[in-house]
Amino acid sequence: MVYINVFIIIFLIICALAIGKIKDLIGAVVLFSAYSLVMSILWLLLNSPDVAITEAAIGAGVTSILFFAVISKTKRYEK
Amino acid sequence: MNDIIIKNITRIIIPFAQMYGIFIILNGHISPGGGFAGGAIIGTTLILYTLVFGREKGKKKFSHKMSEISESGGIMLFVIIGMIGMITAGAFLSNLSGGFPQGQLGEILSGGFIPILMIGIGIKVTSTMISLFNLLIDEEKL
Repeated sequence: MVYINVFIIIFLIICALAIGKIKDLIGAVVLFSAYSLVMSILWLLLNSPDVAITEAAIGAGVTSILFFAVISKTKRYEK
Repeated sequence: MNDIIIKNITRIIIPFAQMYGIFIILNGHISPGGGFAGGAIIGTTLILYTLVFGREKGKKKFSHKMSEISESGGIMLFVIIGMIGMITAGAFLSNLSGGFPQGQLGEILSGGFIPILMIGIGIKVTSTMISLFNLLIDEEKL
């Protein structure tokens, strides 16, 4: 069980670094959505299903849609 | 978006997702979840409807006027329930000492006024999610 947690945390760290490095903003939002989904699995493994439900609904659902709406108003690529 | 596959899939998915959100809200005091999580799920289904069927149809389902009323009404429900506890027991949000029935442990109607508060928070969060999205969509391109 501990190894699964370590694997998930390594994935989360790689995801977070990639979000900072990537130039394509839509790719960054998709990476952030994947980060939130894996984070909700981690919350479930840490015995807090309440936070997991909220993370899956807010982090992976609403936040991505709001970010996409903002990107559609501005430019897709970072300079 | 004018794709028949996306429209039909959305039409099938939305009732199930909304039912799941209502389930989470009503079971907020006896199982994981609660008003915030369930309201966010119902708000996401309304955002999905607006994305797929367009802003005009979305406006017909959940107009700005209705959003105003539900956003103020949800929090007013919370405050009025709190005030009832204040009148009967002397402190804001007094639950069992304020005369609310306790009920059987593990049933939907239990825990005093907690289910009513969950419904109020759910209505408030739902209309907040959809009005955030509508405000972003309605703004003209910079």
